[in-house]
Amino acid sequence: MSVVEAPRSDASGRGAAFSGAAGGDDLRVVEPLIFDRSRAERRAVRFPSPSEDARERASTQPDLPASVLRTAAPRLPEVSELDLLRHFNRLAHLNQAIDLNFYPLGSCTMKYNPKVNEWAARLPGLAESHPLDPEGLSQGSLELMWLLAELLKEISGFSAVSLQPAAGAHGELTGMLMARAFHRANGEGERRTKVLVPDSAHGTNPATATMVGYEAVTIRSNRRGGIDLEALRDALGPDVAALMITNPSTLGIFEDQIDQVVASVKEAGAVAYMDGANLNAILGRFRPGEAGFDIMHFNLHKTFSTPHGGGGPGAGPIGVSERLEPFLPAPIPTLVAGDAAEFRANARAGRSTPGARFALDDDRPRSIGKVRSCYGNFGMFVRAYTYIRSNGDSGLRTISEDAVLAANYLRIRLNDVYDLPYDRLSKHEVVFSGRRQKREHGVTTLDIAKAILDHGIHPPTIYFPLIVEEALMVEPTETESLETLDHFVGVMRQIAEQAASDPEAVKRAPLTTPVGRLDEAAAARRPDLRHAFAGETDAPDAPAAAPTPKAPTA
Amino acid sequence: MSHPDDLAYSREHEWVRVEDGRATIGITSFAANELGDIVFVELPEVGATLTQFGTFGVVESVKAVSDLYAPVSGEVIEVNEALRDAPELMNSDPFGEGWIAKVELGDRSELDALLDAAGYAAETA
Amino acid sequence: MTYSPHTDADRERMLAAVGVESVEDLFADIPASVRASGWDVPPPLAEQEVRAELARLAGRNRIPAVSFLGAGVYRHLIPSVVGEVIGRPEFATSYTPYQPEVSQGTLQSIYEFQSLICELTGMEVATASHYDGATAMAEAALMACRLTRRSRVAVSAGVNPDHRRVLETYCSGPGIEVVTVPIDLADGGSGTTGVSAAEAALGDDVACLVAAQPNFYGQVEPMRELAEAAHAVGAQLVAVVEPTSLALLDAPGDCGADIVAAEGQPLGIPASFGGPYVGLMAARMASVRQMPGRLVGATRDREGRRGYVLTLQAREQHIRREKAASNICTNQALMALAATTYLCAVGPAGLREVAELSTIQARHLAAALEQAGLAERRFDGPYFAEVTMRVPNAARRHAALAERGIVAGYLPERDEPALRDTLLLAATELTTDDDIARLVSALEETR
Repeated sequence: MSVVEAPRSDASGRGAAFSGAAGGDDLRVVEPLIFDRSRAERRAVRFPSPSEDARERASTQPDLPASVLRTAAPRLPEVSELDLLRHFNRLAHLNQAIDLNFYPLGSCTMKYNPKVNEWAARLPGLAESHPLDPEGLSQGSLELMWLLAELLKEISGFSAVSLQPAAGAHGELTGMLMARAFHRANGEGERRTKVLVPDSAHGTNPATATMVGYEAVTIRSNRRGGIDLEALRDALGPDVAALMITNPSTLGIFEDQIDQVVASVKEAGAVAYMDGANLNAILGRFRPGEAGFDIMHFNLHKTFSTPHGGGGPGAGPIGVSERLEPFLPAPIPTLVAGDAAEFRANARAGRSTPGARFALDDDRPRSIGKVRSCYGNFGMFVRAYTYIRSNGDSGLRTISEDAVLAANYLRIRLNDVYDLPYDRLSKHEVVFSGRRQKREHGVTTLDIAKAILDHGIHPPTIYFPLIVEEALMVEPTETESLETLDHFVGVMRQIAEQAASDPEAVKRAPLTTPVGRLDEAAAARRPDLRHAFAGETDAPDAPAAAPTPKAPTA
Repeated sequence: MSHPDDLAYSREHEWVRVEDGRATIGITSFAANELGDIVFVELPEVGATLTQFGTFGVVESVKAVSDLYAPVSGEVIEVNEALRDAPELMNSDPFGEGWIAKVELGDRSELDALLDAAGYAAETA
Repeated sequence: MTYSPHTDADRERMLAAVGVESVEDLFADIPASVRASGWDVPPPLAEQEVRAELARLAGRNRIPAVSFLGAGVYRHLIPSVVGEVIGRPEFATSYTPYQPEVSQGTLQSIYEFQSLICELTGMEVATASHYDGATAMAEAALMACRLTRRSRVAVSAGVNPDHRRVLETYCSGPGIEVVTVPIDLADGGSGTTGVSAAEAALGDDVACLVAAQPNFYGQVEPMRELAEAAHAVGAQLVAVVEPTSLALLDAPGDCGADIVAAEGQPLGIPASFGGPYVGLMAARMASVRQMPGRLVGATRDREGRRGYVLTLQAREQHIRREKAASNICTNQALMALAATTYLCAVGPAGLREVAELSTIQARHLAAALEQAGLAERRFDGPYFAEVTMRVPNAARRHAALAERGIVAGYLPERDEPALRDTLLLAATELTTDDDIARLVSALEETR
């Protein structure tokens, strides 16, 4: 990294906001690695020395034998607290985020993450609660988990909930393991080997089926963007273990034949699994458990506003029907002393119930086992519980109404400039196609996404779902004001105009971001996955950008 | 897009060149374009036996992954080691330096099931 | 309380633009037969009310004044700077870096995380993180099955029993058999995985041996010998490690480990009743294409600027779908950032101080209990910062001490009947001499 070229205040217009990165002498590095800031013996944190008494007593105990001791200390960076903080603050400045600007990333429900949730998760009584503390010391944590599970049951219409799965895909894995356990219990484990997945599904659905040893079979969509009922019925048979369906779908469309879909699946003896990624559109309007589904995973980080954290942590609890309940992961927080109805009424009024006691029920012989250590991402439970209680029944309904209204508003405001392959009522999101821009002006959806970056907005999800050519998947959520939506409409229209008048300009984007389009092919061909310390050659610095004519795909 | 006349083509976008009873196999320029920047190819092992239209490897690009299907049957006698470090050869020279494997051709009549350049061009038009 | 910004006038304007009368019309596509019948969800709460409710729940927990509980989750100092960094909204309220141009903060921090984990473990490649240590270990075992094309997994009984349950569940998916390698549980025994026991369990159909260093009972395992035993039959060694111990103990990469999995919670993450935590996974570069989960790599932009991207994505579910190595979609980026900040804050000297202080206080604790005639070490041989002590009437006294706000560690008999009347006691750098004195006197009083 010793090549020096022109400073960043160049024609690209990049950098003024990011140029505080003192310390690196390579002007082509936006912010040096923390390793490059390291100076021997610099410290940020010190620890006390052990007392003489402690040392003396410790010396009577067996030492760690030399044979297991490390000979060279790990080369962790040696930095001051201020250098450390500045480094990460500068890195923070390189990120787009909900708290900075509009982030309509389809299928991810990037809504505002209320700050009272963070306040709650940091309460010492919750944050410092050890998962293996005696149950008598953890009644608050157990009560919170029980209350959240009760609320999720109400919201989804399922008869039981496990909070254990750590993410949506993890909930899918849990659900498919349960489906298999269910069929095995009925003596059909050997016979049912297939899982049906619509072609509009997230990649996690077929990948999950494989992880559980099932064969994923793709079901095509019909011309209206729904699951093709004929194709589904043809595929259903005594060899089918489950249908995994996302509803509303990844096209942002409610499966308006969902009643027939569920009935057909049940009739064939299979398990009906709903991917609940898009629950934000249907709160209070559609309860999958009530509609006959057997299993659904929630994404607490989507619907219930726990922050996405740059990719996690999330939480993916599952709700199940009565016939699947015995197979839920163990343990489950249970009210062991006290009356549930009385307890619920008190909790609603913010009162504790004297004499009530919670315990973890681990005596579940038909359970699929555990899918995660301890009980799940508890910190996310705190945030989701806070959010659900803050919104309450009316607030949750408003969330879906406003999210759906915003998506439909964007659909109407943009469908004259971008193609809309499935022009139907939208639920949480709307999927446009950039095929017109590609065909007429050679501007791809990737180019459009990069142009959006120059307006300070995070682009929609692109190239997904796979069944839409040049897809642009826009999920505005309920927390964006009309001014923000209108601004986005203006930006999208302006880019469409520019694609026609000056396509090369769109293809040059982005110009205002800390880095330009990155060479993903070079990254994958010669992977550089960790810092190379001086003198090391096994993790070489990336070669200078190869002149690849083709733009990388995000 | 031009397809060399001296090759035979499969509908799965592999080509084969037969010389002295040995078949050299690769993917077509059409396939390479569709995949985009190729970043990795999983080569078969020397000595492995390929079955016509059976899978024998995997090719990955930045945005896609695809199985490789053998256009003919036979035992692998050589693989293109250069692709391990430079998979981009499959993009830059798919019919030449981007070849994948050479096999001892078992049954010449299998070639009858393949397309000629004109037929393949029509297929991918 | 709702976070929607829309006024009724806004809604009217949007409805008019869409061309519908009311918001009900937007839900006309839900078949009448399956519309929600209603629900029992309480009414909204104002911020002061919801705070009171959460404070009530937090107050129902009793955080012990003194605790020697570890058993896989440890209370370490979390430097203030860690909370400051992970609280930054640019990290907390962004998502998976699909658009690298506006995600360099997240991407570079993950690259730094991968680099730190490689350095700590002595391995060549580390993933962007997993849900937790248990799922990282389970995914590591499945990865070993793919690499060796074998379908049995041998796991030491010295691995955290909670994590072994997760391993069992994951392996049940593709039908992989899990065999348990016993540890020496004899009174005064080593408390570790016997090499001969490992050899007995290993065969040419076994994909990997999973062993923990230090093990669940605090004992130091013969990792090099276990690696040799695994390699002798063509199996891999999956080393499960406690990350702070790596300041003192041999890096698994130097012990012959092929894959390393770890719970990263001790690196700046609060106990938080079990999560969120972060799973660490590292391996040899030759195995990278069989690794599950996200990876970040360095590259350049069109103008030659260094930048970072998600890479080798063709392994992942969103491209490979049913042929993917795993269904894992996201990583635990914010928790990985906590671990990254922690490791940079303590540095090599600080991490060593943490490990040394923890081991000294664990020995201090064991010696104090022995000298008071209250307990004896259950196993012979070296231990790290957690120690299994034989204590008469352990369960009763553990409960009695909890009533006084002292948690006398973990009761191993919950998982292992042979360890009745023992306590598994953990020390960290936060364990004070006074804590130890209070445990000693409380045990005296319940004698």
